[in-house]
Order: sequence, then structure tokens, then C-alpha cells
Amino acid sequence: MTSGLWELVLQGVWVTVQLLFFSALLATAVSFVIGVGRTHRLWIVRFLAGFYTEVFRGTSALVMIFWVFFVLPPAFGWQLVPMWAGTLALGLTYGAYGSEIVRGALAAVDPAQKEGGIALSFTPWQRMKLILLPQAVPEMIPPFSNLLIELLKGTALVSIMGMGDLAFSGNLVRLALQESAEIYTYILLIYFVIAFLLTRVMRGLEKKLKAGVGKAPVRKPDTELKRPEATNVGGAV
Amino acid sequence: MKWDWSAVSDFMPHFWDGLLVTLQILALGSLVSFVLGLVWALLMRVPSRFVTWPVGAVTEFVRNTPLLVQLFFLFYVLPEWGVTASALTTGVLAIGLHYSTYTMQVYRAGIEAVPVGQWEAATALNLPVGRTWTAVILPQAIRRVVPALGNYVISMLKDTPLLMAITVLEMLGEARLFSQQNFQFTEPLTVIGVAFIVISYLASLALRALERRLAH
Repeated sequence: MTSGLWELVLQGVWVTVQLLFFSALLATAVSFVIGVGRTHRLWIVRFLAGFYTEVFRGTSALVMIFWVFFVLPPAFGWQLVPMWAGTLALGLTYGAYGSEIVRGALAAVDPAQKEGGIALSFTPWQRMKLILLPQAVPEMIPPFSNLLIELLKGTALVSIMGMGDLAFSGNLVRLALQESAEIYTYILLIYFVIAFLLTRVMRGLEKKLKAGVGKAPVRKPDTELKRPEATNVGGAV
Repeated sequence: MKWDWSAVSDFMPHFWDGLLVTLQILALGSLVSFVLGLVWALLMRVPSRFVTWPVGAVTEFVRNTPLLVQLFFLFYVLPEWGVTASALTTGVLAIGLHYSTYTMQVYRAGIEAVPVGQWEAATALNLPVGRTWTAVILPQAIRRVVPALGNYVISMLKDTPLLMAITVLEMLGEARLFSQQNFQFTEPLTVIGVAFIVISYLASLALRALERRLAH
């Protein structure tokens, strides 16, 4: 591997990190909007949020990426830059999984807390903002951490659309060197290192947030190992 | 937005071909992942660090890296090592291997959930180790984990389009080929998108029915 090829790989890492960052932001926003929407008092809001979750969880992320790249432009006249098209497809899909995490964490808050809010005649929005979310958010961090790793793995899909991410740079190097074992091993290792760093960062975040509500993080190895059970990625629709 | 029904009817024969391949991948991939996952889970119970540590490290690595890159790895590297397999076989192996690292956790949970009295009874009856596993522990453990394994089958369904990247003509591969030949992207891609939603919804209904049956 020459230094020029390494530079290509580094550019790939940068694109992957950017894509991961933006789609994680979008997915978080979608998760909270849809997840909170599923606890709304109007049935139509609950229904629409549930419908969104079913549709975006039911289809494959790669099919969604194809759809955003090929169907959106002729259908609505939107031609998105690849980075934003990838962000949109990944953010919407993983946001649907994330909304289940938000809903679960909100449902797990002690009902007495909510009743206390009603007794003090808080508005629904005040209850959500001041009582439910501050207690629910720290509980969401471990499953969100797992979902983030799934999202990282999902970013590799955009390479199929020719976006120059880490997986794509691997293909370029393979074509340049006519040799695949070495470069793909490096690419897999880089993904693994990014995943490892992400879990560390999320663990720190969990500790910080839990300290904010006066709890210590419970370190159950199971919550990390049982990733799809915690995130519902691939869970039953 | 233009919707052309004649493109849909033109695409349908290709769709059925693709669906067949997708279901094939799903069936074979599930089989591989169920068997390999059980092997990993059993190896993780061997009371020796020299076995559990490498198995744990390898499965953790496979679980934390993208399936797509693993597919490329197997597709391009195996021939370099002199192993030639069709794209479909390679894809099934890759997807089965990837999901086996998830199913091993399911099996592990199932095995740990078997009451300790069952182990003690097997010891008291002087059953050999092999017989304890095959006749006492696994039948109870696997019955418990069937619904969780089913969830992974649905998950795997949504990962089968990745095999398109290594030239397998499953649903998405067929849709892409058709689109490129006819310059009609909207219809085939929407058809398979809806097909995925319908299949995974039906599968989850079937799974819920199975779960209810097993609960009794």
C-alpha cells in the first residue's frame, strides 16, 4: 500500500464519519419526534407515528437508499447531493428504530411521576419536558449506543451508490492493487476501531447523564451483547 | 409524479424471479446462522480461556463490522485463496456468518435460562455430557429462543438486498437491472419496497402466532 492509497482510505474515513454524524443527528431528531408522537393523546397522531415506524422499519435500508437516489429526483424534482441523500435515507430508517427506544424509555418511567405532574396541573408539554424526558433520556443511552453501531454499519451501504466512503475506498484500492485480502482486512479493522470508540464515548455520556439525575450507570454486559434485542433492529415489525 | 402501470406488469416476471432468490438466501442463510450460532454458543461454554477468548473476539469483530464489507471480503478474497464458490453461495455464507454472531447471544440466553435443577437432575441420573446437552438442556433452551431467532430471520430478510453488491440477482438486483434496461426507476423500486414491507409484516404476524403456540 502506497501513501497515496492510504490518503484515499483516510478520505473514505472522513466521508464515513461525516455521514455517520449527520445521519445520527437526523435519526435522533426523528426518534424523538416519532417516539413522543406515539404517546400523544390524539389517536391520529399516535396512528401516524405508528404508521411511520411500521413503514420505515419494514423495508430494507438499502432499498430506501435506492429509492431516495433514483425515485425522489424524477418524482418530486429533488436532486439531492449524495451526502444528503444518504443522510436522509439512513436518518429516516434508523430514526424509525430509534423511535421505539424513545417510546419504550418513556413508558418505563414510573407512572407516579406522570401522575405527580398531573396533580401539580402541569401542561402535557411541561410534563414531557420537565418530568418524563429528564428521567427517560439517560435510560435510552445504552440502546442508542447499540443503534449507533448499527448505523455505522449501515453507512457502508452508500458505497453501492458510488459515494466515496470507507467501503468504497476499499474497492478502489482493490482495483488499484489487484489484491483484496490486505485492504479489506484494514477496512474491517478501521470500522471496528470506530465502533469501539463510539461505544466508549456513549458510555461516558451515559455516566454523565445518569449522574445528572442521581443514578449510577448499571453496567450489565447483557445490554451490550444483546444489541438487536435492545435496538429492535431487525426486531419484529 | 408519473406512475406507469405497464412498467409494473413488465417488471412482475422479474420480480417473482428475484423473490425466489431472496427467499432462497433467507432460508439457507437462516440455516447457516442457526447452526453456526449454536456452535459459537457451545464453544463459549467450554471451560478454557484458550477457546472462549478467540471465539469471543472473532464474533465480536464480525458483529461490529459492516456486512457489506464482509461480503466483499469473502467474494474477492476467497478466490485468491483458491476457494471458488458462486456469488449466491458466498453471499449465503457471509450473511449466515454475520447473523450467527447475533444468534449465539440468543442461544446463550436460552441456555442460561434453563433452571439449574435440570443440570443437577442430569448429574444425578449420571447422564454423560453429550446426552445431557442433546436430551435435557438444548430441547428446553431452543424452545425458549424460537421467537427471538424468528426476529433475526426478519432482520436477515432486510439485509438480503446487500447481496446485490456481489452480483446476486435477488429482488433489488432484478429491480436495478430492469430499471437500467428500461430507464424506469420509480415502479420497480417502489414495488420491491412495498414487497419488503408486506413480507416482513406477514412474517411478524406468523411469528406472533408461533410465539402464542409455543407459550402453551
